[in-house]
Amino acid sequence: MTMLPDRQPGAKALGLVIDLDTCVGCHACVVNCKQWNTAGYGAPLSDTEPYGDDPSGAWLNRVHSFEVTPADAPAQIVHFPKSCLHCEDAPCVTVCPTGASYKRAEDGIVLVDEDMCIGCGLCAWACPYGAREIDPVEQVMKKCTLCVDRIYNDNIPEEDRVPACVKTCPAEARHFGDLADPTSDVSMLVAERGGMDLMPEQGTKPVNKYLPPRPKAISDMAPLPAIAEPKADGGVLGWLDRALDRL
Amino acid sequence: MNEHVRLDTSPHVSDEVRKTTCYMCACRCGINVHLRDDGTGTGKKKIRYIEGNNDHPVNRGVLCAKGSAGIMQHYSPARLRKPLKRVGERGEGKFEEIEWDEALGIATGWLGDVRKSDPKKLAFFTGRDQSQSFTGWWAQQFGTPNFAAHGGFCSVNMAAAGIYTFGGAFWEFGSPDWKHTELFMLFGVAEDHDSNPIKLGLAELKRRGKKTIAINPVRTGYNAVADEWVGITPGTDGLFVLALVHELLKAGKVDVDYLIRYTNAPWLVVHAPGTAEHGLFARDADQKPLVIDRRTGKASPYSAQGVKPDLRGEIQLEDGRVARPAFHLLTDKYLDEGYAADQVSERTGVSADQIRSIAAQLAEAAFEKEIVIDRPWTDMKGERHEKMIGRPVAMHAMRGISAHSNGFQTCRSIHLLQILLGSIDCPGGFRYKPPYPRPVHAQPAPHGGGEPGKPLAGPQLGFMRSPQGLLLEEDGVTPQRIDKAYSWDAPMSSHGLMHMVIANAHARDPYGVDVLFMYMANMSWNSSMNTAGVMKMLTDKDENGDYIIPKLIYSDAYSSEMVAFADLVLPDTTYLERHDAISLLDRPISEPEAVCDAIRWPVLEPDRDVRGFQSVLIDLGARLGLPGMTNEDGTAKFKDYADYIQNHQRKPGIGPLAGWRGEDGSKTGRGEPNADQLQAYIDNGGFSQTHVPEEALYYKFANKAWQDFAVDMGIQDGPVECVFQLYLEPMAQFRLCAQGLAEPKTPDTHKQRILDCFDPLPDWYAPFEGEGIETSEYPFHALTQRPAAMYHSWGSQNAWLRQIHGHNPMYVPGDICDAVGLKTGDWAWVTSHHGKIKVPVQRMDAVNGKTMWTWNAIGKRKGAWALSDGAPEAEKGFLLNHLIHELLPPKSDGMRWSNSDPITGQAAWFDLRVNIEKAEAGEAESLPQFPAQDGPVPDGADGPLRYGAGWLKEFMTR
Repeated sequence: MTMLPDRQPGAKALGLVIDLDTCVGCHACVVNCKQWNTAGYGAPLSDTEPYGDDPSGAWLNRVHSFEVTPADAPAQIVHFPKSCLHCEDAPCVTVCPTGASYKRAEDGIVLVDEDMCIGCGLCAWACPYGAREIDPVEQVMKKCTLCVDRIYNDNIPEEDRVPACVKTCPAEARHFGDLADPTSDVSMLVAERGGMDLMPEQGTKPVNKYLPPRPKAISDMAPLPAIAEPKADGGVLGWLDRALDRL
Repeated sequence: MNEHVRLDTSPHVSDEVRKTTCYMCACRCGINVHLRDDGTGTGKKKIRYIEGNNDHPVNRGVLCAKGSAGIMQHYSPARLRKPLKRVGERGEGKFEEIEWDEALGIATGWLGDVRKSDPKKLAFFTGRDQSQSFTGWWAQQFGTPNFAAHGGFCSVNMAAAGIYTFGGAFWEFGSPDWKHTELFMLFGVAEDHDSNPIKLGLAELKRRGKKTIAINPVRTGYNAVADEWVGITPGTDGLFVLALVHELLKAGKVDVDYLIRYTNAPWLVVHAPGTAEHGLFARDADQKPLVIDRRTGKASPYSAQGVKPDLRGEIQLEDGRVARPAFHLLTDKYLDEGYAADQVSERTGVSADQIRSIAAQLAEAAFEKEIVIDRPWTDMKGERHEKMIGRPVAMHAMRGISAHSNGFQTCRSIHLLQILLGSIDCPGGFRYKPPYPRPVHAQPAPHGGGEPGKPLAGPQLGFMRSPQGLLLEEDGVTPQRIDKAYSWDAPMSSHGLMHMVIANAHARDPYGVDVLFMYMANMSWNSSMNTAGVMKMLTDKDENGDYIIPKLIYSDAYSSEMVAFADLVLPDTTYLERHDAISLLDRPISEPEAVCDAIRWPVLEPDRDVRGFQSVLIDLGARLGLPGMTNEDGTAKFKDYADYIQNHQRKPGIGPLAGWRGEDGSKTGRGEPNADQLQAYIDNGGFSQTHVPEEALYYKFANKAWQDFAVDMGIQDGPVECVFQLYLEPMAQFRLCAQGLAEPKTPDTHKQRILDCFDPLPDWYAPFEGEGIETSEYPFHALTQRPAAMYHSWGSQNAWLRQIHGHNPMYVPGDICDAVGLKTGDWAWVTSHHGKIKVPVQRMDAVNGKTMWTWNAIGKRKGAWALSDGAPEAEKGFLLNHLIHELLPPKSDGMRWSNSDPITGQAAWFDLRVNIEKAEAGEAESLPQFPAQDGPVPDGADGPLRYGAGWLKEFMTR
């Protein structure tokens, strides 16, 4: 049993706002995350049988695609990127028997101290989102670090101090910021677009928010009025004559 | 409990950042390659991270999944290591490694013999080559007419329809005005050119709350996020667009002023059926097209001072002939009720209401939401305009339009729609990227011929002006080129027909070749129609036991399926080990507001005995004594490709790169070679960027400031007039030839097809494959799309990307599943007139109900790409290519046409018609399967991959 930190006044709640209206499901965030993190925080994100029959590996972020068929519109695809949501009431932390899984008091990032992780997998079991993966080779739990080694990193330019997935997203569907601050860009975006918690009934109070897809429909703008009967000489050509006169 | 954890939140990232150009697809984004000591104590550098270059005009810091997986491509176990000489039979993949001297000696011997005797016996075709201005020039110096890159099976319909119509093109040669557009239409685009800019653009439209309408049978990717989806039936986009044209014309919602000023809508077309002038423009003695001058009612040159052209009516010319403005013909054609929404609805699969609604939205955006920018400009006639007026409707289209036998006319139809709305290169419309606009008369004409020991008179590829320019033998029928480009088969085939080269060489029709030389083109697998047939053509032998295609040289960086068929393999480098020029002479990376080009440079040195293909060509050119590559004393003119990039001049002052020219690097566009040019590019992040003057930002086709700038920059040598060709006269000329009224006369075999398809006004006809078969036997359509996270066959060796797309199900519409009794997880037989494949099934509803589809180029031959024989790419992955023949079903007379657009020769991949039935229970393996090829490289390591483990540090210290 590991304790969650007491919430300090003024503490940040860093997280992601993911725009499901804009995400094209291209996996840029998925792969750039893997690339940054396999050589970053902690042990590598390993892959087994990389060139073999059953390639598989640890990823901190995956995109799922769902088909949705509204009652009154054609079926559509929703792309749903999923990584750790850095929950306020993170069950993956409280379930951890060694204290490896923890939530930072200063910014709310949930991390795994790999030195302390025994790979028991309880946290992955406790996470209702399936956002944690045991590394198949390192046998430690892997999860999104919100690029804790980028966002405060003095060795990279200030403008790039955002999670790798946010920087790389070509559709600009991923936003990063302090969701505890109602005046932050991300909080305002959430307010404006009706940002949602994922599975709020789980009571985990996720920090990450999802912006819902805007409704899509077949348009029903009224047809253009014909200027006259087609082909009748006074019709389109007559109109043309008048249009040319006006030039 | 966790207070004791200390974390280094500011760790060392990399020792050095080297900026170059990505090559994980055709997009050519700027990348920062972070290098770091590999931790082994040898001082060697390894890639720590690849990210988008924030300053780069193409991607502005973002990077897609492919680009982000570059590390795995660079260190792929499938990389070739040394030149290879075949020792087994073709296709087996048995090789011995040889030294470069021997390899180059063999190649020089084979090529030298051909050049001395009959240079056309070399067919040199480069695939996803990004150095075509160089490879084409090399082939020209060699003297063979048989050169092209992969455009013929990719997107020539886009390029040709655009250039012929408005001197620009979709593809990568233009861009929607994302900042200003009010309505965006996206036709037939998956992860095509160019991927990151389209995503950035869609994001900008979302941010601005502007609407995107996606026209695509499959509602994935960009189409999934579009605000409105038109789930069109494949091959009917042209009909849909012309229905929009019908609605707009009927309502008078066209930009008459724009049509008069900038298009050939007023030009007079001669009406004299049965004569050699019918359908041609009426011209004065100076060959200037005539218009009716509304002031006088008389014919006058279109460009005469003060003329007020009419768009309608009829006039009797001085010689008695009758002529009408092109626009008059145009309204007659498209106002026909056959184009009414109700008439086209069933065929296109789009409701009449939706068609009419989209027409109304187009009209509203173009004419009610007009954009006015307070920026005076002067047109080429000298008239000053106080403002730039925008019709903010933008469009983009790609392979879904292109890869049909009616793709040229369909793409022309889209351009017609844009032009009627007045939306080409205006604020909010579709914009040219420099060096465009460049209309046909400012493009090279194609050159054929080929004499022993001599270079060709001009470039092989270009734009056909008239039937007199066809590349035919003296009989007026036999094609000069092996791919039959610029013949009666495909008169305006501006990119050649790569998909026909092997089939024609094998059939020795029009002749056999001696050496087939290819680069980066996986022709024995996913880059060919009829893959099994092509494999057989490459291995067939003649009565003497010799291969029918006698010698095959292939260059690739990786152990692809095509490598197994080569006699001599020239191993290329990875994209991080090479020099390249992304040149204005070829396919640059310009943006509408800036002239841009870029380089690649070796940010890492090869650790294998491989050489950049372009440097090898330079070497071969010198060994063969080719002009331009050899000094007078016979020594090599260039050390390598880098030397060529800096010092080659196509004409005085113009070279592959536009930036930092002149001896001191102070000149742009025009200037002497600069010995430090490549270093200047490296110092600037791998690219150069020169902003277009404000006055020249729009209306480039008629803008004096643009013309002046383009001349200064060396983009053109003088003003280039660009009048939009709504009515395309060369098409009328071909029809006259087909009617026997003009020379050269069309052979009987081709007459009807030219009469049917060469309408000078954009037209729609049914795709050929569906017309040649019983559609009740093959009631469905089948397509492929390129996934966003995989490019071509290259991606499958990539340990990360193959976890995302390791195999490819056939996505089958729910209605078809229910009718045939299929569910997700089943296997099915899919059949076409040509073949039969066994595939895994996945049900899907967000797709046109008659259309099944799968991801492109995921399936692999066993033994290729250093993958295990049991790899899912080989076991479950499959190619649709086995169902597609390079020839159409036989006609009643036994004649079999190429499965291509009859105008441009574009490979008609997407005309495919199929049927589907549930497969019997059996092995869960896709069919057909082929014997495993031996790899020239061992399979990739079985052991786990722990990339980055060498840098594992004590992040957390207690």
